Order: sequence, then C-alpha cells, then structure tokens
Amino acid sequence: MSRAITTADKKPSPRPDVNGGHTLSMYVNNQPGVLMRICQIFSRRAYNIDSLVVSQGRDPRFSRLTLGISGDPAGLPQIILQCDKLVDVIHCFEHTPDNTVVRELALIKVKSDNAERRTEILQIVEHFGGKTVDFTESSVVIRIEGASDKVDASIRLLNNYEIVETVRTGKVVMARGEQST
Amino acid sequence: MASKKQPELDGAQALIMTLSELGVEYVFGYSGGAALPIFDALETVKSNIKFVLTRHEQGACHMADGYARATGKPAVVLVTSGPGAGNTITGIMTAQMDSVPMIIVTGQQVTWMLGKDAFQEADIFGITIPVVKHNYLVRETNALPRIAREAYHIATSGRPGPVLIDVPKDISQSPFTGDLDAEIDLPGYCPEKGYDIDAASLEEAARLINLSKKPVILAGHGAMISGAEEELMTLATKLDSPVTSTLLGKGVFPESHPLALGMLGMHGTAYANKAICECDLILNIGSRFDDRIIGQADKFGANAKIVHLDLDVSEIGKMIVPDVTVLGDAKTTLRQLLPLLEPQERPEWNEHINGYKKKFPLAYKKQGGLRMQQVLDEIHDLTEGDAIVATDVGQHQMWAAQFYTNDKSLKWLSSGGAGTMGFGFPAAIGAQFACPDATVISVSGDGGFQMTLCELATAVIHKLPIKILVLNNHYLGMVRQWQELFFDNRESGVDLEGNPDFVKLAEAYGAKGINIKRPADVRKKLQEALEYNDGPILINAECIKTDNVFPMIPAGAALEDMLTEPPKHKMAKPVGST
Repeated sequence: MSRAITTADKKPSPRPDVNGGHTLSMYVNNQPGVLMRICQIFSRRAYNIDSLVVSQGRDPRFSRLTLGISGDPAGLPQIILQCDKLVDVIHCFEHTPDNTVVRELALIKVKSDNAERRTEILQIVEHFGGKTVDFTESSVVIRIEGASDKVDASIRLLNNYEIVETVRTGKVVMARGEQST
Repeated sequence: MASKKQPELDGAQALIMTLSELGVEYVFGYSGGAALPIFDALETVKSNIKFVLTRHEQGACHMADGYARATGKPAVVLVTSGPGAGNTITGIMTAQMDSVPMIIVTGQQVTWMLGKDAFQEADIFGITIPVVKHNYLVRETNALPRIAREAYHIATSGRPGPVLIDVPKDISQSPFTGDLDAEIDLPGYCPEKGYDIDAASLEEAARLINLSKKPVILAGHGAMISGAEEELMTLATKLDSPVTSTLLGKGVFPESHPLALGMLGMHGTAYANKAICECDLILNIGSRFDDRIIGQADKFGANAKIVHLDLDVSEIGKMIVPDVTVLGDAKTTLRQLLPLLEPQERPEWNEHINGYKKKFPLAYKKQGGLRMQQVLDEIHDLTEGDAIVATDVGQHQMWAAQFYTNDKSLKWLSSGGAGTMGFGFPAAIGAQFACPDATVISVSGDGGFQMTLCELATAVIHKLPIKILVLNNHYLGMVRQWQELFFDNRESGVDLEGNPDFVKLAEAYGAKGINIKRPADVRKKLQEALEYNDGPILINAECIKTDNVFPMIPAGAALEDMLTEPPKHKMAKPVGST
C-alpha cells in the first residue's frame, strides 16, 4: 500500500538566514488588501520576503505580521517608514535578535525504511526536543520548534538522512520586556 | 441606525450626499454601466455638486488635479469600471507624485462577479495601490458615508494625495440603512502629529541656522500646501537669506523679490544652482530633494549643513541625509522656529549672488525665428505674472518655469514628479472652473496638447475663456535636445510629422484659433487672445524647431557641472536618473 516517496525539496540543505536578513513586525488593520500594499513596497525595492507570518490579533480588527526579509540594507530604514506610512499599518518595527524572542516551527518528513536509521533519527529528534507526529513504514514526520537557528541545526543534522520535504511556519517574534512588538 | 426622517436612499445617494456635505463642489467624470447608480444619484440628490462631463477619464483626473492645485481643495473624479477606471491611472499617478488631494470614485462590477473576468471588470483596487495615498473596495452599502468621509480626510490632511473608492454596482444600488453621519475610523493614520513639533530638533535647527554665514532657503511644495507664505517671507527677511524654490514651490516666495533666486535644479537658474553649491547651509522647507534638483546626490550641498523640515518622515534621508530634521507642518514649524532665530544682514553673500544674477541672467535671442521663451516672456508681461499657468512636461514647461515668474501660490500648475504630457490643458480647465474670474493659460507643446486635446469640447461647452498656448516646434523637443547633446544628434521617435492644423482643429470644436508665426506679431496676437473671453482660444505659436533649454545639469551630474550655454564638446551619456 505504501507508494514510493519522492523527494520534493530540490535543495536538500535549508536556506540559512540570508546575510543581512532582517526581521520586522507590523500591527495592521485586519482587512483584505493590506498584505498587497506591504508586499508592493518590498518588491519595488528588490527586497525578498524570506518568511511571512500573518495572524489575527487579540483584537480581531487587527492582524500581526512578522516578516523575515533580505535586500540592500541601505534602503531598509526608508522601507520601514514607507510601511509605517500606509494608512492600514498601525506600526512597523524592526527587531534584532537580542531584544526579541524568536520562535519557529518546522515539519520535516524523513525517509526511514529501516530500523537502524529510524533509531538514529529519533535520537536527533529527542535531542532537539522535537516530536514525531506521523509514523509510517517508509517515513517519519518530525515537528521541531524553537528559535530559527535551532530549526536550521536540526535540519542540517537530518540532512544526513533523506529529507523528503520540509515545511516551516516562518519565524514569529515578540519583543522582550516593556518594548512592544 | 437609519433615522426615520430620511427618505429611502440607496448607497449611491448616501455617497453623493456625504460628498456634498463634505463640501465637494465639482465632479469631473465619464459615465458607464457600473457607475449608473452613482450617476443617477447626481440627478436625484439635491446638492451643490456640479458635474462636468469630460471627453476622457484622464482629462477628468487632470481637471480635478488642476482644480485642487488652484484652490487647495479636492474635487471628485467619477468614472465607470474596467477601461474607465484604467484610464484614470496616469491622472492619479500625477496627483500622487505631486501630493495633490483628489477623490476618485470608480464604478465596479457586482460583488459576486469580482474575480470572474466579468464585462468591464478590472481589479482597480489592486492596480492603483502603488499610485494612491489610500484606496477602498467597498463591500458594504452602509459603509459608504464613513468611507467617503475617510477618503476626504486622508486626501486632504497630512501630505495630501489621491484616494480611490471602488464601488461595485450592487453596493451602490442596494438600500442604505446605515448612519449617514458615521464617523471615520482610522487607527493607523495620525496626521495631527504634524502639528506637534519636537522642541529639541527645533533648537538644533535654530543653532545651525544662527551659525550660518551663507544660507540658502529651499522652498518646496510642502511650504505651499501648508500655506506658509507669510512665515517664509518673515524668515527670509529676518535671515536676509536668498530663497530658491522647486518647480512645484514656484510662487510660495515671490520670484520678483530681491532675495528670490527662482527655480533651482536641472533647468533652474544658474544663480540658484551656484548659490546652492557655495552656501554653508541649506534650509529645506517642504521639498523632497527630488533627483531633478539635487543632481549627483553625494555632491549636493557637500560643503553645507542641511536642515530638512518635512511633514513626511519617510522623506527624511531618502535622497539626502540631513544634519538636522524637524518633522511637521511647515507653517507650524516656521512659526515656532522664527523666535529662535537671530536677525541677520548679509550684504556680502547677497552681493555675491547678485553678481551671478548679472552674469548669468535668463535670456534669449530675439533673432533667428520665433522662440518659445519670447512668447512666454511676453504673455507674462501682458498678464503681469498674475495668471494661472498650467503646463505639460518638457521644453515649454522649463521655459515657462523660467520666464513665467510667479509671485503667488496656487498659480503654477505643472506636472512635476510624474512629468505627465497632456496634463496642462485639462488642468487649466479644472482651474478655470475653480477660479472663473482668473486668467488661465494652458501652456503645452504640440506633442502634449495632442494627448488630451479632446477636452476642447469640454472647454467650449462651458465657454471657459482659457488661453490655450500651443508652443509648436513639430518635435518632442526635450527628447530631441537630449538626442542632440548625448546621442550624436541621432533623432529617434521625436519628429511629430503629421501634426494637424491646430487653428482649424480648434475651429472644428467651435473654439477660436489664431496663429503666431513672427516674433514681431507676438504681442499683438497675445493681446488679442487675452481680450477674447467668449470661450477658449487656441494660440498656435510656430516656434524654432531645434532650440535648447539652458541652463542644464545633465541628469545625475553635480550642480557645479551645470551648462549655461551649448557645450562645445561631445558629452557623455548621462548615467544618473533619467
């Protein structure tokens, strides 16, 4: 009954955080089209959006956005101001790793068709505090959660086996202490 | 909820009632299927709104734009969906680039057909995002009054700009059961911050200004929008400082004043550019340091301190990194800054600049055929510089900026940021509606005029006494000038062979038309045109074909590399800007 598993991820190694990558958080009106306005600003300035998380805020009139972006750092201060200027954006902040908590979740499907391999994979999962969320004769789906570099590290180790595919939520951030996100 | 006194309304009527209550005086537009309920509401709602049917949606936008530039108040553009809405893009972009308030209402397919390629359906909300200050796709009939009020507020407050409201037909024709007085709800928009000026940055700005020996004040459109003419005059005289203005700032400081340097930048006056090169402080009031005025960014004001007063924080450091920034409305900022400044007298600095004024005056030859400069100079003289002048973009625009000097705000209507051909004539129509008693001159080249000339019908129907000056050199002159200077005079795509007989064309529309062919006739013919007030008059001036605009700073070159006369050697192709 099990079908042959084909590897969907063309590049086996995960994309490391691009040098000069930045993390922005925005608090925006929860309305259709808001994301379009924001994305246009980044694409116009040749910025790539590496990760994007959008979810409804505690007040359902608003949404939270966390963006991981990369591009020419010289343009970034103005991009932030231009985002902030949008009528639908309540505020836009850049966050650095030292003033924020960063979390990300990844689902990783690894081929595991013999017992020896399976044991090794489970050891890695245990080390990273992950969980197996699906188990079949031929593969295992692992959930790893934590800071992005931890997720990167787990994927790097699992690369020694055959990763079929990975899905990452993209990072969410929250400012530490009194600062707001 | 619905007040019992209200008769039964539909969404379109609620929209028109709200716009009327907001003080909208003119709607410029073009009808069509998806906008039918809104056009019907113009007939059924009792209001002071006057509707002007244009001949093209682009013309409608430029008319609303001209109306707004001449009054500071927004007008409404009303068009249908799909192509009707699509035709407004250039007009909206023009307004957005030059911070002009405008409200554009577009009809739209019914909501359940959106995204299904229905007849005349276009995602105008998505299409216009990059060229508006804000836009709406209305999905609820009862939201119309609030959205109209928000649109008006956003368009007119802070840094003004166009706001588009896309109204699906089912939304406009459904019964309205909401609150006509619904309040705006814009948690992400706080223009009132512009009146709260930071004291520390004001003091730092004052300190630098007080230290300066050779300042130049750079007055931009922001100073005009905030109505800071009086404060600017007080500032200039208190500091005894020369004042240059941007293309859009023309008139905010009287150009006939001894301290005035006229316009700076690519085709600005030599003395303005030289003053900028030699000054020790640039006090920028509401200009965004456009690439047309700074040339090579790293050399602009290299030896000067730069103080940037601007309402829009996203303009700070965009082109030029200032030494001090003061955020806020120009008028409010200047009022608070003035008491911190020490009065100065600078005979040497001003004498030095006057030397440049004498050495490099704006001038033109009166021999060798008819020059655009002469026509503009003489019409300036005949109207005592007090007409409203609307232009397109190109050689005629730069010469008009040089020779039609302005002493007042809101009289110079020119497409600056967008550089839109076809802007001037419809903008002049909008301005004439706004100011029926003013002399309004539309200045175009033969190229630009042909882009929106269908509005001759609009001008004729309403008997608008606009002086339509077509400065005709049978060329796209500015492009040809660049080809001459930078592309070995290889002409490509600039010869407007096949131009119509503009006088006959005007007559075909029922307008009056006259020709000017000889320099000696200019005054007499212009006089005749100025005395004709029964409707529009087109003046076709057959000008020298290959004249060039100077001074000139090649795009991306530094201000000190300005050419005040034709270069004697071949020039390298400019690589900066366009």
